Amino acid sequence: MPEKKHIAVIGAGAAGMEAAGQLARSGYLVTLLEKDGQTGGHVKDWYHLFPDRRDSKEVIEYLKKQAGHKNVTLRTGITVQRLEKNNGSFAIKTSGDGEIKSDAIIVATGFDLFRSERKEEYGYGIYDNIITSADLETLFRKNEIRRHNGEIPRKVGFIHCVGSRDEKVGNVYCSKLCCITAVKQAMEVKKHIPDARVFCFYMDMRMGGAMYEELYKESQEKYGINYIRGKLSEVSENIENKLVVKVEDTLAGRPLKMELDMLVLMAGMEMSKSGLDLARSSGLQTGENRFFAPADHHFGSNKSKTDGVFYAGACTAPMNITDTISHARAAAADVIDYFRNQES
Amino acid sequence: MQQDGKKRIWSDYQKEIADDHFFYVRSCIRQSFFPGSEQFFLHFMRDILGKDVYENPSHTTCTGIGYHGDVVPLATIMTVVARHFALMKESGYKNIAISCVTSFGIYTEIIETWKHFPEELEKTREYLYKATGREFDVPENMAHTSDIIYKFRNEIAEKAKYKLINKETGEPLNVVEHIGCHYSKMFPKYGVGGAEFPNVLGGMIDSWGGKVIDYPERRHCCGFGFRQYLVQANRGYSLSNTVKKFESMKPFKPDFVLTNCPGCNMFMDKWQYTMKEMEGTVYGENGESIPILTYEELAGLVLGINPWDLGLQFHMVQSEPLLKKIGIEYDPDNKFKTKDGRQMPVPQNLINA
Amino acid sequence: MEKFGFSILKARHINYDSNDKSIAEYISEREPSFRICIECGCCTATCTTGNFTRFSLRELQILLKRGENESVREVINKCMLCGKCTLACPRGVNTRNVILLAREAFQKRLKNAV
Repeated sequence: MPEKKHIAVIGAGAAGMEAAGQLARSGYLVTLLEKDGQTGGHVKDWYHLFPDRRDSKEVIEYLKKQAGHKNVTLRTGITVQRLEKNNGSFAIKTSGDGEIKSDAIIVATGFDLFRSERKEEYGYGIYDNIITSADLETLFRKNEIRRHNGEIPRKVGFIHCVGSRDEKVGNVYCSKLCCITAVKQAMEVKKHIPDARVFCFYMDMRMGGAMYEELYKESQEKYGINYIRGKLSEVSENIENKLVVKVEDTLAGRPLKMELDMLVLMAGMEMSKSGLDLARSSGLQTGENRFFAPADHHFGSNKSKTDGVFYAGACTAPMNITDTISHARAAAADVIDYFRNQES
Repeated sequence: MQQDGKKRIWSDYQKEIADDHFFYVRSCIRQSFFPGSEQFFLHFMRDILGKDVYENPSHTTCTGIGYHGDVVPLATIMTVVARHFALMKESGYKNIAISCVTSFGIYTEIIETWKHFPEELEKTREYLYKATGREFDVPENMAHTSDIIYKFRNEIAEKAKYKLINKETGEPLNVVEHIGCHYSKMFPKYGVGGAEFPNVLGGMIDSWGGKVIDYPERRHCCGFGFRQYLVQANRGYSLSNTVKKFESMKPFKPDFVLTNCPGCNMFMDKWQYTMKEMEGTVYGENGESIPILTYEELAGLVLGINPWDLGLQFHMVQSEPLLKKIGIEYDPDNKFKTKDGRQMPVPQNLINA
Repeated sequence: MEKFGFSILKARHINYDSNDKSIAEYISEREPSFRICIECGCCTATCTTGNFTRFSLRELQILLKRGENESVREVINKCMLCGKCTLACPRGVNTRNVILLAREAFQKRLKNAV
């Protein structure tokens, strides 16, 4: 029986855990490396997932089972510093002891959320009662949505496209999921605070996934969410500590001014810093949007330009959990294909 | 409000401000309407700090008002500015201290244009040489005089005779700071603190004991605009913008407004008279209007200089209520007397008098 | 009062908080499909009235939702009630009923019902 092939998977978020699990179940040995203390990436921080609003804990359980296969060796607290290819196999230098050897690599370094302080005019970190979508998920879990002074907010605004589709911060691309997340979170705010009035300030409503448009309709019909088409230009605080927003109501053709109790910024997705460091140290190509550039957009989206190094998940482009898991499975299939081609 | 967020932004937008050897260029409006300001600046820099500040007698207006009013074309103003730089070179100075925010905007705009379009720089060299026979270098350091006062704000705080504290209540004064649009909105990197939360005036107020007010229309333009007010019928447009700012700051009960731009200072001062005449509105407490000060006037007051030497009596809105709040001593009889004691005619429609 | 040859302009913002949205709420309670409009403009495109006079049902709906009732009060009577808009709407908004309810609400002179 030929010696078992070994694959290193870098990043134990949704993509990494799924890819590791799929490869393990096909009989390969996998080392799953994670720089943080625990697995689960960003998924573990979310509350309920669109489109059906199931608890993210169920997805985490599934992923843990995948990654818990006996063929997978998990090592946390390890940062991968460099990948080197020698004679068809790989040497992975990490922050831990020794070098890890493998026959193939899947890079699943995921994404970082856009740091909303960079959008100075939105006052994140300056004015009270401005939070990001990620902050709100934490508040949902705690079941406590409160203003800075402890009051329950009665008027909540959601700002789409924070850090995405924005020349000024250097991210021209669309982060794909923020619109549906805003719809979902708007509905959840209404569930937590039934008499709240919720407003979403959008440039476009990008409802491109399965059941997204239906959720949008439900949010209008059953939850009475108000949608105002106009990008927020600036936020300020008035003497009553309420947030004053200035938008143009483009569909009415006039500027609009409104006071809100709380503002939620839909922070976009950016290439992770750890992924960028790895790209630089190991000669992996990134695109203009700073995510990893695939070998081919149509039939090579999991392949890098280096044979044997594959990509899985949001390190290639913003994607939701469904697509991330599918992308990870495709990466695993590519690895198996790669080994098969080597033998023949 | 969390000050840490603002501090982080201020540390992102730091600016190189020269230390000494300044070529000083005056402001058309400020030297006419607020003469005490520029006088104080020179006195402070030369006599108190012992710095070298030079003025060239052949200096002219930067023609910014004409340029923004569509009367002076771009090529002309670039040549005029190049001539200023030539005067600098001939006098042996590399650091320019600019008194007017519009000039500051003009200089930065032209220098950036030359950076991105070197052919324009070459053309300007040609125009200037043909017209005057002069040659020029681009200055090494460009500072607005408010940047320089900001840089030496701690020295002023050390020598200060008064603090920006209400004598009766012991509370810091509420101060609205208003930055001219051309200071940092065009090129945030050229402004201390950037465009959204500029700190050049806020830093001064903090060092001298006051409290900076953040209000919803803080970033809003005062409406000066050149084009708008040159034609009488259009002035309503300018005025409406100043009204918007005052309406927004009124609930915060500011004790005074600090500005660094001549146009803003003039407008926010004079429009309060206009508003009072047109609609009877006043924006201060107890039927008073809000004094509008330049940063040099404020620095002078803090250092204990006679308010009448600073030219406060020539504002539309008189500053006596503010002087009383701080506890600054002044002689009401000397207000409209010349330096050698002769009585000048007393203006009639002063506000807060 | 004009004294110096110019006047002070009134801000043209929609002041959402102080506007009276009771007309929109009246319609919304009786015709729930009013809420699911996405402002695509399909109704306005096919509208008979809009051919020759300024009449945009899309615009009127949104003005009502923002509480700008005065801009709608007279204009909405121009509708010919032909029903083409209801046929065209991709969301399934019962536009004809929305118009009838709006006229009803205006007739009842609803004021700050909230």
